[in-house]
Amino acid sequence: MNGIGYLKLVIGCFFLLVYRLHGRYHEMAPNVVPMDYTKDPDVKLPMQLIINMPELKENPFKERIVESFSEDGEGSLSFNDFVDMFSVLSEMAPRELKAIYAFKIYDFNTDNFICKSDLEKTLNKLTREELTAEEITLVCEKVIEEADMDGDGKLGFADFENMISKDNDFLFLHINKTFYINL
Amino acid sequence: SSFSSHLDCQQADIKYLSGWKQWKRTSSKSLKKVLNEVKELLSYLELWRHDIHSIEGKFGTGIQSYFSFLRFLVLLNFIIFILMFSVITLPSIISKYGIFNSSFAKIPPKNIEPHCTVYKPSGNKGLVYFYTYLKDLFSGTGFLKETSLFYGYYTIDTAWLSNLSYNLPLAYLLATFAYLGLSLLWIIKRSVEGFKQNLVRDEDQFQSYCNKVFAGWDFCITDPNAARLKHRSLQYELQTDLEEERLKQKIADRTMKEKLRIYSLRILINIIVFAVLSGCFYSIYRATVFSQENSNDISNTNFQVNLLLQYLPSMVITLANFIAPQIFSFLIRFEDYSPAFEIRLTLMRCVFVRLANIGVLLFSLWSQISYCATDECKACGYNYELYPCWESAVGQEMYKLMIFDFIIILAVTLFVDFPRKLLVAHCSCKPVQWCGLQEFGIPDNVLEIVYGQTICWIGTFFSPLLPAIATIKYFIIFYIKKISLIHTCKPAARPVRASSSNFFFLVVLLIGLVLAFIPLGISIAHIPSSKACGPFRSFNTSWAVVPDTILGFPTGLQQVLHGIASEAFAVPFFMVTCLIMFYIIALAGAHKRVVEQLREQLVMVRFDPLVCTPKVFIVVSVIRHAEEQQFL
Repeated sequence: MNGIGYLKLVIGCFFLLVYRLHGRYHEMAPNVVPMDYTKDPDVKLPMQLIINMPELKENPFKERIVESFSEDGEGSLSFNDFVDMFSVLSEMAPRELKAIYAFKIYDFNTDNFICKSDLEKTLNKLTREELTAEEITLVCEKVIEEADMDGDGKLGFADFENMISKDNDFLFLHINKTFYINL
Repeated sequence: SSFSSHLDCQQADIKYLSGWKQWKRTSSKSLKKVLNEVKELLSYLELWRHDIHSIEGKFGTGIQSYFSFLRFLVLLNFIIFILMFSVITLPSIISKYGIFNSSFAKIPPKNIEPHCTVYKPSGNKGLVYFYTYLKDLFSGTGFLKETSLFYGYYTIDTAWLSNLSYNLPLAYLLATFAYLGLSLLWIIKRSVEGFKQNLVRDEDQFQSYCNKVFAGWDFCITDPNAARLKHRSLQYELQTDLEEERLKQKIADRTMKEKLRIYSLRILINIIVFAVLSGCFYSIYRATVFSQENSNDISNTNFQVNLLLQYLPSMVITLANFIAPQIFSFLIRFEDYSPAFEIRLTLMRCVFVRLANIGVLLFSLWSQISYCATDECKACGYNYELYPCWESAVGQEMYKLMIFDFIIILAVTLFVDFPRKLLVAHCSCKPVQWCGLQEFGIPDNVLEIVYGQTICWIGTFFSPLLPAIATIKYFIIFYIKKISLIHTCKPAARPVRASSSNFFFLVVLLIGLVLAFIPLGISIAHIPSSKACGPFRSFNTSWAVVPDTILGFPTGLQQVLHGIASEAFAVPFFMVTCLIMFYIIALAGAHKRVVEQLREQLVMVRFDPLVCTPKVFIVVSVIRHAEEQQFL
């Protein structure tokens, strides 16, 4: 396959995928989402609809994921944000990109730091609040101890990125690749 | 933009393929497609595929791996049965009944005391009651002893089919080695697959808290049950890690006085464990001796008592296998080890007790068989009066062990698990509710079936059709365990991971197989074979048929075989094998690095927020997936 053919294939795939993602976006709210996007309508779907998608339903961080990708920070996604979200969750997105969004997701109070209260919320979501308060405190202390480089008691983005780059087997934010084929 | 410039590089890299190379490429692609389709078709034929899949969804990968293990044992036993039947039983039956114009030859044994060869099987004479047949069925005596189930049936030395001669004794011995070798290779093959996965993906030994918190959740989960299991397993992992930390701190804080106390306590507990083991072994020895002495006494014709006596060793072994692990798990608490080490040590002790019990039974059997008071007895090498056909006697013991094991599993499920469930469901008093439903204990269940499989491996030499019984037994046990799991078990508090489970199952099975080699090796090579029955009547020991056959080979081949068996060959062979092993390990490490590098290379563009939006990466993912599926 030569370069032009490859490019045509890439563009073709892109449009096909966007078309299919649009189908999913449309079927969540058929009355609101227009089929015709040529006039660039300003349509946003509320968080409640997005987090009920089967791919996100069982995810403990679904609200934070949707909030991180929404432009207004409140969780309503335009179609552009929707496509962005599934792009970052795909397995081919590079780790640096995933790291940026992972940091946003785990930063519950959006102060650009993962502090102790953010970690506590993360742990509670992960274990469905089955850990005792003492255990949660201990784990938070351990995490900060392992990752905090500048010693300010909370994790900045540099600390987070550093921790991820140290460990090559750090796999996160990966949605099943067959999702894209079964769209 | 960087994207289009990268595509230009791609274009320059792609060479125009010549016609031959294109054909090779398309043919290899279509071959891969065909192989994939064949694999998919074969997976539909897999036994219990749907059952195991549904168990995985509801109960997690740890329990699912137990059932996959059970399926593996069913298949293994079936293949061993086919092997033994076609190589040993079928030729015997064909030539004995003269089918296809076959005949057999019985070579009279030379240089052997005549009194050793007298064999009057005590069949049922006169009026035979129905319960005699039942007793014979359960204890392998009477009419069952004369069937092809036991060693004593195979008295043919050569079978003739037109002009082809078939050396049955040699076939018998080689079939034994074949089934042992087949089991070994198959187990190693399965454990290698699990080991490979461990190699590429480093398991939890080095995972830190950060990894568990930030990368712990699997984003592919869409099933609520799987999600619940994942939450539980994450919770358990974090709790275990914290406990290990606490214990490490405690150990570091120990004073000299405390250390002394702990070590002396551990020595004391190990002595107690040793005493418990000795108690088990001695009681098995006494039970076997008592059972053998009294069941040979023909005057005892009471049906129930006789059956009880026959099954006495099995009952004592089962009791020991039940009590000893309880004692071990009680004692280990005082030894103050870390939780992971506690589990492993208890498991090792249980494995040892279960497998050593079989060894003690065989040892006590052999001590009975070889007990010689008179000179005539010493001339035969074994007690020819009580055990004219001692291999069949050993086969009978293994048969009884297997039947009793099956009965116990059935009885425990019917009379303990289901009543317990009914009690918990209908009685709301505190002690019952505190006890609650049982959990599906994977290590205990695995040890149970490994114990059964070890009996099968040892017993197949003495009873060639035993693998058929084992196949049917494990087949039924699959359904029993599945029903028991679904209806009487509560979900596990500590979800177990599949990869570590698989490895543990296969290691324990391997230990069982290696332990089975020992009594078989001694029986074949060291103990004189019985002269009154069986294929090895004319030989000193069962192994003697091999040198005998080699002497019949042409001289050149004999010299080659002697050369291979000598040290001059063995030592360089061993060194070369070690070198090859090191080379393969180094190659595996190199491949792992290449895999990682290729992963990096597959990212087509360097992330640049001005140029690349996240959308591009969906496209790349699709292209890669399409390439894998051969659409491109």
